[in-house]
Amino acid sequence: MNKQPSTAEGVQSEKGLSFKFDLQSYTLIIALVLIAIIFGFFTGGEFLSSRNISNLFTQMSVIAVLAIGMTLVIVAGHIDLSVGSIVGLTGGIAAILQVWYDWNTFLVVIAAIVIGAVLGLWQGWWVAYRAVPAFIVTLGGMLIFRGILIGLSKGQTVAPMDESFKQIGNSYFPYVPGYILALVSIVLLVFFTAKNRQKRQGMGLLLASPMIDYGKIASYSFFILLATYMLNRYYGIPVPILIVVLFAIIFIFISSKTSFGRYVYAIGGNPEAAALSGINIKRNTLWVFIIMGALSGIAGLLLTSRLNAATVSAGNSYELDAIAACVIGGTSLMGGKGKIVGALIGALIMASIDNGMSMMNIGAYWQYIVKGLILIVAVWIDISSKK
Amino acid sequence: METYALEMKGITKEFPGVRALDNVTFSVRKGEIHALCGENGAGKSTLMKVLSGVYPYGTYDGQIFINGKEVQFKSIKESQDAGVAIIYQELALVGEMSVAENLFLNHDLMRTKIINWNKIYAEAQKWLDQIGLNIDPQTKVNQLTVGKQQLIEITKALTKKTDILILDEPTAALTESDVEILMKLLNDLRSNGVTCIYISHKLGEVMSLADTVTILRDGQTISTDPIDELTEDKIVTKMVGRELTELFPYEPHKISDENILEVRNYTSIDNTGKKNIDDVTFSLKKGEILGFSGLMGAGRSELFISLFGSFKGKHTGKVLIDGKETNIKKPADAIKEGLAYVSEDRKRYGLVLGMDITQNTTLAALHKVMKLNVIDQALEVKNADEITKRMKLKAPNLEAKVGQLSGGNQQKVVLSKWLMNDPKILILDEPTRGIDVGAKYEIYKIINELVEQGVGIVIISSELPEVLGMSDRILVMSEGKITGEFLREEATQEKIMMCATGGRKK
Repeated sequence: MNKQPSTAEGVQSEKGLSFKFDLQSYTLIIALVLIAIIFGFFTGGEFLSSRNISNLFTQMSVIAVLAIGMTLVIVAGHIDLSVGSIVGLTGGIAAILQVWYDWNTFLVVIAAIVIGAVLGLWQGWWVAYRAVPAFIVTLGGMLIFRGILIGLSKGQTVAPMDESFKQIGNSYFPYVPGYILALVSIVLLVFFTAKNRQKRQGMGLLLASPMIDYGKIASYSFFILLATYMLNRYYGIPVPILIVVLFAIIFIFISSKTSFGRYVYAIGGNPEAAALSGINIKRNTLWVFIIMGALSGIAGLLLTSRLNAATVSAGNSYELDAIAACVIGGTSLMGGKGKIVGALIGALIMASIDNGMSMMNIGAYWQYIVKGLILIVAVWIDISSKK
Repeated sequence: METYALEMKGITKEFPGVRALDNVTFSVRKGEIHALCGENGAGKSTLMKVLSGVYPYGTYDGQIFINGKEVQFKSIKESQDAGVAIIYQELALVGEMSVAENLFLNHDLMRTKIINWNKIYAEAQKWLDQIGLNIDPQTKVNQLTVGKQQLIEITKALTKKTDILILDEPTAALTESDVEILMKLLNDLRSNGVTCIYISHKLGEVMSLADTVTILRDGQTISTDPIDELTEDKIVTKMVGRELTELFPYEPHKISDENILEVRNYTSIDNTGKKNIDDVTFSLKKGEILGFSGLMGAGRSELFISLFGSFKGKHTGKVLIDGKETNIKKPADAIKEGLAYVSEDRKRYGLVLGMDITQNTTLAALHKVMKLNVIDQALEVKNADEITKRMKLKAPNLEAKVGQLSGGNQQKVVLSKWLMNDPKILILDEPTRGIDVGAKYEIYKIINELVEQGVGIVIISSELPEVLGMSDRILVMSEGKITGEFLREEATQEKIMMCATGGRKK
């Protein structure tokens, strides 16, 4: 017998699984390409050189790690203004432990992450269980943590770090392993796509046409190989970028594949409906802040390692860059909407502007002005595209 | 011919698809308290919005006369200037400001270049004394009880030379002692010649206060009578007197003897200290459809929100599910016990509008589509697909955001969400509000299908025909108490309305 999909009784139609035109992510990519072309033109191609791309990626790594956590915080309907201070404090404590107390690098890394998580726990407790608005709690945290840093370091710059610690932010994944890594990730992409298609077929669900699924894989693979090639022409893949990619994958997985991730979106989207659906709003909110704190700790380690020193002003105003990256990436400050990939592209756009403009020898003050304008225009595009 | 303080003639107001008011005539004599009665949705509030300029001149048909002169209000401001003041259930006071500031907000006294506070406080004191309120004019409004706030609002209206005062359900949120003050105030105002339009569901108050009663039903004026010619029974008959025209696919079904839910002496007190559920006892059997009738604010939703563990406040009493005592503290506990609550406001409490259909459907039962703590997306889509097909959901695809769906389809998504959990007890609060006839019928069909499977169902509805048409048994609530119980065969609209208005206790 001939089985025909009947759209009258069925909910899904073929159209539903075809290529979704997601305006937001395309505007982002178009913006990024435009920026690359403009800077490439004005710097005589220097902006797109292997060396500069390597630098650019490394420069954005600290903000990118923060933006991953900030996406969760904003999606949950909150804000975290303290991350810059947590970066400074955890990075500072890492330097103090290593330089003044001779801790080895491994212990220092663990300590910084744990301290970041504990600071997040403290803030999350106030927000979730004491119902103090996150804006206030984290504004307070911003002052408190900066104050603690100045007190602990006695206002001094703490340096230099051990060689092994410096490696975290300054080393490269060499040529051959870099390509192997790229190939492995492509193989995994193909494997998971094929497995997912097989499974949907087994359950009798409609499938996107193979052209689309495998076309996507082909374009992802192209970019992975291109990036690896470009970076390998310099020293290889910078380790900070691998760290960013690792955490991006972990948190993209958490946000889309775990109940915690789903609940964060539901809580931000409609807390009342989420509560009536049996979701524990307080506990999930607490975890969002703990994660943000731990990621800030990692960002603090990266920063201290790259600078080979901890200063009292380290991480100043990083929270604003991280928030701006999320917002440019399409995260809504109203909560409930936002993607980690978007935030990473947002961070890359911000870093490109800093990097490109300084290469063009434009005064640093222009960077602030342009970034500010881009932030406003990005949100305006988002709002007007909904009308 | 007598001149009326207010005359509304041939008022017709249409909304897309609905004629809310149909050639309504409403005449109020000078200096009387005129009660306006009718079921929920009869058109009372719409009529008052026409009068007060919320719906400006030109958006309705008909004429309005005040003291014999035709008026054409284009805004609320214009109606206020003509001496019409309306006081809504939801208060329009600024809580953080003092009584005096609220009384004279936007008053000429406030519009001087430099505000003379002493004069304002003195003026406020004068008005408060006159009304008989013993309140310091410098008190912040949010420190007063709701009842006192209501009185402040009336005082505010009077400071603006009000000739016609409209009160929309003024006693719904009041304690008994505040009701008494309000009654006394209204009687005083009457002797001072203020005309008052009193909208209320509470027939006891209407009988003791009003001079004349106008009854609306389905957007039409049914009658205007002096109070001496009326009794509560007569009012109720006029309010509900309509045929059961809508179709309900009720099917006789087997009801088990087992109680699936038993609630004993349940009392709940909200955060403001008001007792909103008062010693409620009832039971629900497996495979039974239990209707909950009553007027708005009777405590039906509050009762079930509280039973579902989502109410802020204290409660006492016993709740037994399947004969076992339970201690439900939060919605997650309730869900574990097999309860499901489809709320009356689906956009606010039922759905995450920015999420797609699949994600909304699985939100309360995510564990069912997880393997090793990971959401299995294929399984999730499959489950969502199955349940929404059962609900006959009409949507472009399962990845559509629920915000884009029609009311009926949104409600089906909410139902899907709860049915994912295979509940033992399904509570439906106004399940068909704002839904087209076709989707209504499908939802009734689903209800039939579920009781057939032994689910116990509670339908809370303000639409009497719906309760009568679908329930096996009907409980009526009024002011937090259960005031009546009827089997399907013995229930009539009149009997229910009598209990709902607190007219006669059973």
